[in-house]
Amino acid sequence: MDYFAQQLINGLVLGSIYGLIAIGYTMVYGIVGMINFAHGDIFMIGGFIALISFLILVSFGLTFVPLILLVVLLVSMAITALYGWTVERIAYRPLRHSFRLAPMLSAIGMSFVLMNYSQVAQGARVKPVPPIITGGYTLHEGADGFVVRLSNVQIVVVITTIVLLAIFTWLVSRTRLGRDMRACEQDQTMASLLGVDVDRTISMTFVIGAALASVAGMMYLLYYGLVDFFMGFVAGIKAFTAAVLGGIGSLPGAMLGGLLIGLIETMWSAYFSVEYKDVAAFSILIVVLIFMPTGLLGRPEVEKV
Amino acid sequence: MAKIAHAAAATAAKPGVDVGFIFKKALISALVALVLFSLMIGVRTEAGPEGQLIYWTRFGDLAGMVGAVFVGSIVVELLRRWWGPVDTPRLMPEGARKTLSVAGRAVAPILLIFTILVPVIFYDQRYILDLGILVLTYVMLGWGLNIVVGLAGLLDLGYVAFYAVGAYSYALLATNFGLSFWICLPLAGILAAFWGVLLGFPVLRLRGDYLAIVTLAFGEIIRLVIINWQSLTGGPNGISGIPRPTLFGIPLVAGENGLAAKLGIAFSPSQRLVFLFYLILALALLTNWATIRLRRLPIGRAWEALREDEVACRALGINTTTTKLTAFATGAMFGGFAGAFFATRQGFISPESFTFQESALVLAIVVLGGMGSQLGVALAALTLIGGFELFRGLDQFRMLVFGLSMVLLMVWRPRGLIGHRAPTVFLERNQAISSDLVKEGHG
Amino acid sequence: MSGNGDILRVDGLTMRFGGIIAVNELSFAAERGKITALIGPNGAGKTTVFNCITGFYRPSAGEISLTHPGGESFRLDKLNDFRITKIAKVARTFQNIRLFAGMTALENLMVAQHNKLMLASGLTFLGLIGAPSWRAAEKQAIERATFWLERIGLKDRADDAAGNLPYGDQRRLEIARAMCTDPVLLCLDEPAAGLNARESAALSELLLSIRDDHATSVLLIEHDMSVVMEISDAIVVLDYGVKIAEGTPQQIRDDQRVIAAYLGVEDEEVEAVEQELGL
Repeated sequence: MDYFAQQLINGLVLGSIYGLIAIGYTMVYGIVGMINFAHGDIFMIGGFIALISFLILVSFGLTFVPLILLVVLLVSMAITALYGWTVERIAYRPLRHSFRLAPMLSAIGMSFVLMNYSQVAQGARVKPVPPIITGGYTLHEGADGFVVRLSNVQIVVVITTIVLLAIFTWLVSRTRLGRDMRACEQDQTMASLLGVDVDRTISMTFVIGAALASVAGMMYLLYYGLVDFFMGFVAGIKAFTAAVLGGIGSLPGAMLGGLLIGLIETMWSAYFSVEYKDVAAFSILIVVLIFMPTGLLGRPEVEKV
Repeated sequence: MAKIAHAAAATAAKPGVDVGFIFKKALISALVALVLFSLMIGVRTEAGPEGQLIYWTRFGDLAGMVGAVFVGSIVVELLRRWWGPVDTPRLMPEGARKTLSVAGRAVAPILLIFTILVPVIFYDQRYILDLGILVLTYVMLGWGLNIVVGLAGLLDLGYVAFYAVGAYSYALLATNFGLSFWICLPLAGILAAFWGVLLGFPVLRLRGDYLAIVTLAFGEIIRLVIINWQSLTGGPNGISGIPRPTLFGIPLVAGENGLAAKLGIAFSPSQRLVFLFYLILALALLTNWATIRLRRLPIGRAWEALREDEVACRALGINTTTTKLTAFATGAMFGGFAGAFFATRQGFISPESFTFQESALVLAIVVLGGMGSQLGVALAALTLIGGFELFRGLDQFRMLVFGLSMVLLMVWRPRGLIGHRAPTVFLERNQAISSDLVKEGHG
Repeated sequence: MSGNGDILRVDGLTMRFGGIIAVNELSFAAERGKITALIGPNGAGKTTVFNCITGFYRPSAGEISLTHPGGESFRLDKLNDFRITKIAKVARTFQNIRLFAGMTALENLMVAQHNKLMLASGLTFLGLIGAPSWRAAEKQAIERATFWLERIGLKDRADDAAGNLPYGDQRRLEIARAMCTDPVLLCLDEPAAGLNARESAALSELLLSIRDDHATSVLLIEHDMSVVMEISDAIVVLDYGVKIAEGTPQQIRDDQRVIAAYLGVEDEEVEAVEQELGL
C-alpha cells in the first residue's frame, strides 16, 4: 500500500509534466488541425534553455533558490515561446492552406532541425545538473521500513503546474485572445470575416503552447536532473497520447490525459517492467484511438454523407 | 532560420527596391535570431572533469550567426523582388512546353539505362556502387510506401517496421535454420505482409492524422520489442554473421567454390557489389512493375478511388476494409523484400537501423516525389539520398540539413516534384490530370 | 398500392440523433419498375431516409426490406454499407456530388464495376499475369462504361478528369456511375439540383429510360417540382420526419394538406408553387 502511494505521487508529478506538453498539442490541433510534430522538441529546447540560464545565474553568485527559479522560468518561457513563434512562421504558415501532408512533413522536418540544432549547439552527451531543490517530507513510515516521501521538487512541480493552468484557463476563457482562439477553432474564415486576426491568433497559440512546454522542460530538468537533445521525441509522443486520451481539442482533457499517462507509466514501471514502459504508453495510444477516438472529454465527430 | 520566416511571410512586394523596408525587416530578423541563439549558441555547456556542468561562451559564433541572418534576410528579400511571386505558374510558350514534356517522357528510360550501366561504368569505384545500392534501396522503399500513401491515401508513419520485419525475418531464418536468401526472400515478404494485415486491421477505422500517429506508435513498438527481446533478436547488439547472398547457390567469394573461379575470371570484391546492385535493381523494378500493373487492375483503381472519396467507394459496393488491408499488405510486402535485401547486404542488423527517422525519410521521398508518381519517387530518392551523401563529411550537420531541406522543399513544392496523375485507362487521349484535382486521402 | 409488386418496403422506420427524431415511424413502399419520389421541405428527413436505406446510418427502429425480381429478399437495415450495393444491388447518388474528382470519367465508371471486375481478375492474381479471361472482362467493362458515357452524352469527355466537368455533366456522370453497379433500385438524392431547364429535361428523359429500358426502379428525392410531377409514378410527402401524404402526382397536387405543410405559410411562395403545379 505504501509502495502504491509512493508510485501515485511519482505518477502525478510525471503526469503534470506530460499534461503541460499535451496542452500545446491539443491547442494547435484544435485550431490548425495538424499534429505539431516539433512540439516535443520545443519542450526539449525549453529544458536546455532552463539549464543554461540556471548555470549562468549560479555562476553569477546567486544563491537564493526561489529567485533563481523564477528568473529561469521567465527566461526559458520567453525564449522558448519565440522558438514556437519562429517554427510556426517558417514551417507552417506558408503551408496553412496547402495539402494536408505538406505541413505534416514540414513539421517532421522541423522536429529534426530542432533536435539536431541542439545536438550541434550543445553536444550529444546527456547534461546532468546537481539537485537544485532538495529536501522533502516523510508522509508515512511503514512497519517494514518503507517510507512514503513527498519531495520539495515534487511540490514545486505540482504547484507550478496548477498556477500556470489557472493563468492559462483564465487566458482562454476570459480574455479577448482566448475568445479569438475559440473562434478560430470553430471557423477560421468566419472568424476573419468578423475581424479576428487569424494569423496573429494562430501565432499566439504556438507561443502559448511553447511557453507551457518550456515550463514542462524546466520541470523535467528539476525533477530528473538532466536533459539531452533526444528527450523531446518520446516525451512528445507520450504527451500527444495524453492529448488524444483526454480528447484532442479539449484543454482540461489534455491535463487529465497527462495525469493518466503519467500514472500508467509509473505504475507499469513499478509493477511490470521498466523496459516495456514505452511499449505500454504506445499501446495505450493505439487502444484509445481505436476504441475511443474522441477521448475522454472530446467531442464526437459525426460523419457527414 | 528567421530570414526564411520573413521571406515566407512577406506581404505584397512593393515595386522598386525599398531600402528602408528591407533594412528594417533584416534588422527584425537579426533581432529574433539574437534572442533565439543567445543561450543555445552563445553559451556552450559540457560535463566537466568532476561530473558537474561547466560552460563557456561563444560570442563570436553568436555574432556570426546573427550577422548571417541579417545578410541572408536582405539577400532573400532582394531575390524575391527580382524573381517575383513564386506561386503563380509562369506562362510558357506552347513550343517550350511541348519540348519539355517530350524531355520529361525521355527521363525515365534514360535514367533506367544509365542505372543499368552504372556497374559497368564505375566497376572499380566501390563508393559509387555502394551509394547506388543505397539509393536503389530507398527507391524500392519509396515505391513500396507509395502504394500505401500515394495510391490508397493511407498515411503510414511506421513503414520502417515492415522493413525491420523483413530484415529480422531473413536474419533469423538464415542464422538459425540456414535457409538460403532465395527461400527467405519470399518468406520475409510474406511475413511482412502478414504483419501489415495484423497491424492494419485494427487501425483502418482511423482517419488521417490519427492513422499516422498510430502507425508511428506501431513502428516504435516493433523497434522497442526488438531492443528488449534479447533472447531472440540479440537486443541492441543486433544480429551479425548474416549469410551473404549467392547466385543460386554459388557464393561470390574468392577461392575454388566462388563464382569467379567457376567462370574462370579473377576474383574482385567489386563483383559482390555489382551482384548486389543488380539484385536490388531487379527488386526495385519488380516493385515498380507490380505497382504499374496493379494500378490498372480493379484493386489498384479501388485504392485510388479510396484516396479520392471513401464514402463514394462504399456506395459503389467496394469493401473498403479489405481494399485498405490489401494496400497495407502489398506495401508491407515490398518493405519486407527490401528489409531482407538490407540484411544480406549489411551482414549485420541492429535496431538502430529502424528508427522513426527512416520512416520519415521514406515518407519524405514519397511526398516529395509527388504522391503516386513512380518517376517522381525515384527522382526524390536520388535527390534526398544523394544530397544526404554530399553532407557525409559534415556528419553532425547532416540531419540538420536534412530537416531543413524537408521544410524548404515542402514550402517550395507542397505537391512534390511530379504532382499530376496519369490515368489508368483511356478511350482516346491519354492525358495527365492536374494535381489540383487529385485528392490525397483522409485515412 | 399493390403489395406484391413492391421492390422496397419501409416499415416503422425511426432515426434518432441524440434527442432529435429525424424520422419518425415512417412506412412506405416503392413499386417495382416505377419511379417513386420522396418530397418534403428542407429538413424533413429525406436524406436521412436515404442514408438508412443505403446503410450509411443504422436505423434506431424499423425494418427496411428489398425484394429482387427473383423473389430473393434482403433486410437492408441489417446489412452494412458496401454489402447493400454489392449484394442487395441498391445504388445511390449524393446531394453534394461525390465523384472521384481526380480520376477520369471513364475511370469513375470502371471503379463502379469493381466487384464484377475483381472476380474476373481472379482477385488480382489472374490480372497480374494478364490472363486472356481478364483481358476480355476488362474490354467488356470498358464497353459498358462507353455505353453509359454515350448515353449521358459525355463520350468525348471520357478522358477528362471528373472534377473538370461542368456541374450538370457531373450530376449525370454520377447517375451513370451508379448504374454501372447494375442496381435493381437506384436512389437519387436531388439529381436536378443546380441544373438549368434544358438539363432538367434531359435528366427526366434519362430517368424514364432507366426505368423503362434498364429494369431499374428509382427512388428519388427532389425539390424541382416540374421534374417530380413529370416523371414520378408515386410520391411520398414527408414533413418533420413524418409521412403526411402518399399517392400519385395528381393526388398529391390536389392535397391541400401537402400544399399547406410542404409549401409553408408564405403566401407568395404558395402562389408561386401553385402556379408551377398548375393550380
